[in-house]
Amino acid sequence: MRVTVVGAGVAGLACAVEFAERGLAVELLERTQRLGAGCCSWYAGGMLAPWCELESAERLIAELGAESLAWWRDKVPGTVLGGSLVVAHGRDSGELKHFARRTERYEWLDADALAALEPDLAGRFERALYFREEGHLDPRAALAALAQRLRARGGEVRFGASGAAAAKSPGECPVVDCTGLAAREVLADLRGVKGEMLVVRLPDLSLSRPVRVLHPRVPVYIVPRGDGHFMIGATMIESDQATRISVRSMLELLGAAYALHPAFGEAEIVEIGTGVRPAFPDNLPRLCRRGDTLYVNGLYRHGFLAAPALARRAADLLLTGREAPEVMH
Amino acid sequence: MLKLYEVELGSRVLLGTARYPSPAILMEAVKASGTQLVTVSLRREAAGERAGQGFWSLIRDLGVRVLPNTAACHSVKEAVTTAHMAREVFGTSWVKLEVIGEDDTLQPDVFALVEAARILAREGFEVFPYTTEDLVVAERLLEAGCRVLMPWGSPIGCGRGLNNPFGLKALRARFPAVPMVIDAGIGVPSHAAQSLELGFDAVLINTAVSQAVDPVRMAAAFARAVAAGREAYLAGPMEPRDMAVPSTPVIGKAFLG
Repeated sequence: MRVTVVGAGVAGLACAVEFAERGLAVELLERTQRLGAGCCSWYAGGMLAPWCELESAERLIAELGAESLAWWRDKVPGTVLGGSLVVAHGRDSGELKHFARRTERYEWLDADALAALEPDLAGRFERALYFREEGHLDPRAALAALAQRLRARGGEVRFGASGAAAAKSPGECPVVDCTGLAAREVLADLRGVKGEMLVVRLPDLSLSRPVRVLHPRVPVYIVPRGDGHFMIGATMIESDQATRISVRSMLELLGAAYALHPAFGEAEIVEIGTGVRPAFPDNLPRLCRRGDTLYVNGLYRHGFLAAPALARRAADLLLTGREAPEVMH
Repeated sequence: MLKLYEVELGSRVLLGTARYPSPAILMEAVKASGTQLVTVSLRREAAGERAGQGFWSLIRDLGVRVLPNTAACHSVKEAVTTAHMAREVFGTSWVKLEVIGEDDTLQPDVFALVEAARILAREGFEVFPYTTEDLVVAERLLEAGCRVLMPWGSPIGCGRGLNNPFGLKALRARFPAVPMVIDAGIGVPSHAAQSLELGFDAVLINTAVSQAVDPVRMAAAFARAVAAGREAYLAGPMEPRDMAVPSTPVIGKAFLG
């Protein structure tokens, strides 16, 4: 059986790899010319934090995310399952309590335990939440690893190829559309939620796991990318314009990094980026069947977190017709 | 019935639309609160490029009136510009005017507030100024053309309730005919009830609902508290006393010897 996947963001690549590994002949079409050029996955944090996300997301996200952890570990080298940390400065300690109340599967750390995990944060925070089972990855390396894996399984990635051709020849093979906001004409209630991020280089500081810095106005996370690089993200703005990065956003992101550790004051700014996340009104991902096309969309800020679990459900649907009611629309 | 700028509203809850887990939960919270007026903050970048359409069309679909605000504006000019954009995007001359004067407490810059209110009122806007409980500032805002006041309970988002009940009572007593909405600082439903008991006409709530573990349930709780506070105000609460007064008369009590 053949299948055409459209869109080489994390959803499309995860679907393509899952399909190929379950015996389908996969062709992946990407309208841009290189991996990551057309998708918000390129700017993702790459946190695999299902239980942290419970702070603002529904339980379904935690379930899909928990299920996806092993998929990443098994398929993408460099996936780190080293937990994640949540900290807040003294006057924001209420935020930490609030975060704890809404999440689960964490332990409280005191200053010493935090220092044992992250020596460079020694003496900076009195308490922290440690989500031991969570992980992180480098989204760009992960996209490349998935593309490579797909090719190794005989799949094909065609850049500069529009999905329109695939959609126009129905019946030949099923089409799985993972084009995010580009699918708006069909999925009318999709909207864009803009995110701004930056990458800095600071060889003097080392972190082994993502750290969220809570603040009542601007919660920010910092993800180590290896080689002295850190990703700092990400804003959430109701907008579908992936341009313009505001001074306010940069102030907030950099301020939070500086608050985590003043050494960030000396970091080199390597990149500033912005992408637009596709989201449905409930901010939950969906599989939607429209004619011969299956849409996998609305992954919002949970692309890397939930894509493998969605890819599995899409594969089940294609291969066995079994529907997963929690994500079918 | 609550009347703001000649518009009658069936609910005394005003709801902010920021920081909900999702627009879908916001919609449910709006329903559960019974509100007929929601505030929306406009980021200027989004307004300029029409980039926030997705979210704004969801807001328009709520079927309630929209009160755009000028949140995060720090100067008269910014606030006036944002009000113009809001009028265009939402097709309303109502604007909740916020001019922030201090970044830590988000306290209003009352001088700039009065100035911006005067400009906007002259341009035909119906201005809802976010102000403090200061009587003199209130007087100036009314002179500037405001016909509704929105005094703070305590700083935005802090959830501490009514910081200065004495000052708020004085404000209420000084301008008995002006509709007043307690804006900012409401943390739990009892704060909202207290506001209404003091004779304020409505409360505006955002963080207390949007950041609750269950926003929809909290929205419903606020609806009840506001209704109870209003009823209590109309029923005429007793005055606190310094000594106990038995509610059962002692005279005629059986002599137990």
